[in-house]
Amino acid sequence: MSERITKSMARNIYFGGSLFFFLFLVGLTVDTMSQLPERDNRDQITESVALGKEVWEHNNCIGCHSLMGEGAYYAPELANVFNRRGNSDEKTFKQYLSIWMSIQPLQNPGRRKMPQFNLTEEEVNGLADFLIWTSRIDDNDWPPNIEG
Amino acid sequence: MKYESQQVAKPYFIFALALFAGQIIFGLLMGMQYIDGDTLFPYIPFNVARMVHTNLLIVWLLFGFMGAAFYLIPEEAETELYSPKLAMITFWVFAAAGVATILGYLLVPYAELAHLTRNALWPTMGREFLEQPTITKLGIVVVVLAFIFNIGMTVLRGRKTVINLILITGLIGLAVFFLFAFYNPTNLVLDKFFWWWVVHLWVEGVWELIMGAILAFVLVKITGVDREYIEKWLYLIIALALISGLVGMGHHYYWIGPPEYWLWLGSFFSALEPIPFFMMMLYAFDVIRKRRINPNNRIATTWALGTATMAFLGAGVWGFLHTLAPVNYYTHGTQITAAHGHLAFFGAYAMIVMTIISYAMPILRGREDGNPPEAQKVERIAFWLMCISMFGITLALTAAGVWQVALQRIPETGATGFIDTQTQIIPVYWIRLVFGVMFAMGVVAYFASFFIAGKSDSKTA
Repeated sequence: MSERITKSMARNIYFGGSLFFFLFLVGLTVDTMSQLPERDNRDQITESVALGKEVWEHNNCIGCHSLMGEGAYYAPELANVFNRRGNSDEKTFKQYLSIWMSIQPLQNPGRRKMPQFNLTEEEVNGLADFLIWTSRIDDNDWPPNIEG
Repeated sequence: MKYESQQVAKPYFIFALALFAGQIIFGLLMGMQYIDGDTLFPYIPFNVARMVHTNLLIVWLLFGFMGAAFYLIPEEAETELYSPKLAMITFWVFAAAGVATILGYLLVPYAELAHLTRNALWPTMGREFLEQPTITKLGIVVVVLAFIFNIGMTVLRGRKTVINLILITGLIGLAVFFLFAFYNPTNLVLDKFFWWWVVHLWVEGVWELIMGAILAFVLVKITGVDREYIEKWLYLIIALALISGLVGMGHHYYWIGPPEYWLWLGSFFSALEPIPFFMMMLYAFDVIRKRRINPNNRIATTWALGTATMAFLGAGVWGFLHTLAPVNYYTHGTQITAAHGHLAFFGAYAMIVMTIISYAMPILRGREDGNPPEAQKVERIAFWLMCISMFGITLALTAAGVWQVALQRIPETGATGFIDTQTQIIPVYWIRLVFGVMFAMGVVAYFASFFIAGKSDSKTA
């Protein structure tokens, strides 16, 4: 094969191919941007959701957990924790999360540990709102089951 | 060494390897934490260890790429580096920023670090691999721009070879796509979508150009094969890497919000991503077979063939294993991902840096004819120890991932919970840790090889 392809042909495949597929990627991105508002429910991003994302980031939650399957694999998936631990009910989930965050770290020897982050009530509430909003993103029905 | 200014590569290589050692130490710590969650808790929680492990990896690879560029760009351009002084300034600024950031991770709680560095003003922290404070990210931009200016001026002044142009294209791409690290909107879906423009377009895009260029340079040097032939292969390989890899980014868009058509596009294009890695492996063996010279630095050849092979296995085969959407639906975010990540990063990027170090470092140290056989022997033991144990780590993590999928993902009702699943998998994590310790022994042997003097050294020096 390689004998029939000259260096200048190879160069043209490189320049032409990568330019074409980069433009294709940009086009797909533009299309995706036009479809996302329907799928991410951005109209429901409240100040509390925004605060929750800041809490999520400022405590490096992604360093142990995954969110929509991305992050670390040391601790449970949290994009559907609202459904798993809150039974898809906002009040139940907020109560659960508030207690859960306050009793960390758990004292089971050998179990993976979550640090105590000393979050305020408002921060825990924001974190809950952020996770509730995240659970409603249209992510093509991932994960396969409630365990995440 | 052909040009005096190539010497600036040396501190970059040495510092890269020092950070590599640090990365392995934190890897071992996490290997322990996977088995006993109390290990070093609360002093170094898992998230801190992981952040240090991955950030050290990224930074040492960047030091390695920069060292490689400072070594090969002047030689390819047939001129001295534009400014060796600037190269040393960027070295010290980058090293200081890197060390300060890692110490920040280890010494203060992350939330405190975010507060101290005023993250709320321009939030960029708290995202996987992009955990660095915004000020550090700005520092990285300044360093990379100064670096590209320096090598860019060198190329402009000298001979323009395909290897030089592709290397510098890759490095410019690295700088450009890093700018997406500064975009962190409140909308998590947009955040994630463009986060991949840094992460995917680095490791499955422009870094492949950098890897291809470094490998081509080493192959030219150690085989004496006609440059035209090597450059033609290089063009074809990176062409296919970008043709498959750009839209192949779709395999990250399956489950994070973007529309369904990414399931088809991502599956199709990322299924092609192994092809350039397969070609790279074929071509490395082909060029070595056609070699016209047989230098005494034999171990550099081993590294060149090794990186091409391990990159194909890690990035190509292990990537393909879970890239098709129907498979990825079950494997996404499991230990399968960790298995692929380890072998791909080691095979493609850690090993290409060690390849150029194995070729260039002896020359930088005045051993034009390669390290003495005694040192090469130890380096060869280190090579095999590291390759075999990283492969062992990968097999163990793959087994852990399959087990995890079977317990936690596949059952539609009555699936085992995350923590219970992880507890059951612990025996496999022991195997992973054993291979991790073996890998660390390989690193020790590798470091030791730099300090072995040959019998002939005193006579010929």
